[in-house]
Amino acid sequence: MFDDFFIRALIAGLGIALVTGPLGCFVVWRRLSYFGDTLAHSALLGVTLAYSFELNIALSVFIISSLIALILIQLQKKTNLPGDALLGLLAHSSLAVGLVVIGFLTFIRFDIMGLLFGDILAVTTDDLLIIWTGGAVILLVLKLIWKPLFASTVNYELAEAEGLNPDRAKAIFTILMAAVIAISIKMVGLLLITGMLIIPAAMARNISDSPQKMVFFSIIGGLLSVLLGLFSSLEFNTSSGPSIIMAALLLFILSLLNIKQSIKLKN
Amino acid sequence: MSSENSTLVKLNNAGFKQNDKWLVEGVSLTVEKGKIVTLIGPNGSGKSTTAKIALGIYKNIEGSVEKYTNKVGYVPQKISIDWTLPLRVYDFMLLTENIKEEAIDEALTLTGVIHLKNKNLGNLSGGEFQRVLIARAISKKPELLVLDEPVQGVDYTGEIALYELIKRISDSLNCGILLISHDLHTVMTATDHVVCLNGHVCCSGTPMDVAKNNEYKTLFGEQASQILSVYEHKHDHVHSDKGEIKKN
Repeated sequence: MFDDFFIRALIAGLGIALVTGPLGCFVVWRRLSYFGDTLAHSALLGVTLAYSFELNIALSVFIISSLIALILIQLQKKTNLPGDALLGLLAHSSLAVGLVVIGFLTFIRFDIMGLLFGDILAVTTDDLLIIWTGGAVILLVLKLIWKPLFASTVNYELAEAEGLNPDRAKAIFTILMAAVIAISIKMVGLLLITGMLIIPAAMARNISDSPQKMVFFSIIGGLLSVLLGLFSSLEFNTSSGPSIIMAALLLFILSLLNIKQSIKLKN
Repeated sequence: MSSENSTLVKLNNAGFKQNDKWLVEGVSLTVEKGKIVTLIGPNGSGKSTTAKIALGIYKNIEGSVEKYTNKVGYVPQKISIDWTLPLRVYDFMLLTENIKEEAIDEALTLTGVIHLKNKNLGNLSGGEFQRVLIARAISKKPELLVLDEPVQGVDYTGEIALYELIKRISDSLNCGILLISHDLHTVMTATDHVVCLNGHVCCSGTPMDVAKNNEYKTLFGEQASQILSVYEHKHDHVHSDKGEIKKN
């Protein structure tokens, strides 16, 4: 009934949504959306390196994004510049370097639009393997660091005082962010990955009164966005990334109605 | 360095410097099981800093800290919680350790806020939130409790009840308590050891010793030593959260 590529895209997208759901909640809670953007911009450099040295794209993106995260942490320690300036500096310089490198790689035909906005035709069976095994590892690690990460998100000093080692949890979480960007870049595109992290989580916040519920609804929202987005992408021949994000936006708008109602009930 | 079994945390000549300014220096103190050590001193004298040194929140310190327990309950003086988090009192109770439902209920009942269990943390009043903070710290049955102005914003009768509760917990759990309080009355009645800080240790000893100390008198004024007169005052009843009177 559907072509193989579409089935692959569906399986890939649903796998990504399972991971971006819970991670996205932490991005919202910890105010990391610009950090996510920076990592995603640096992913272009990772992609070009993958083409240059014939590496796996996800692996190459993961390495470059982790590297950028490390550089950011060092710059934060060694300079007096505010965090958002450092993020902007890294995001745009790595994007610029990536674009310049692409200019040199004249022997490869690049689908820039696909890189920026995602391309469901590009998802291979190998990608499915990477997304689902990578995704499973990310979720497992997140489960293991959940307690210290969540506690330090609520209050760093409480977590530190009561022996939870929040610094280690934060460092591991940074690597998980790089990993989730690496596995979702082909599908969602590097300009829109942060949207996939934030919008379902933001939608979930509107209808949740506990952290567990928010994670649950964030996953459901992500899954629905992928389904809605991919089917409309097929129907209207649009890029997969923007279609998925628009579906997420639609769900977010619906969740706003819920807020209005609950405010009315209170009054 | 050897230590007796009852020692929970020991500061040896500890100090902390931030932006080339000493927040506190040269503090030596020991918290033992079943004992209450209280830090007093004016604003900016380094009380909270000393507590954070003892807890290991500050890393690059002068001197040394020996900590012999990992079962710690902490009530910080200032806590800013980000309301982007949907967090009920119940979720907050489980923040650093998975404790049993009964232990949660028991602690919330003891501090008189069991009726708030499923309320959103953002909707509590200052005093209610403070009671939740204390409940969270004691529900873990810690070996060491660090309480930084634990009853701020709590109404007067509640304040007395909470201090009595803290004393009771110290006895029943046999845990050590490091308490920071500006309420000299409480300090003088319920403490085993008082450390008076003013950027450094001014004086320390039993409440009686400290009350007689001249440096303490200059810091807190003549009134402070008159607190001794209320020493003998005893409460024969407490008020529950519904306002009923219970005889001790």
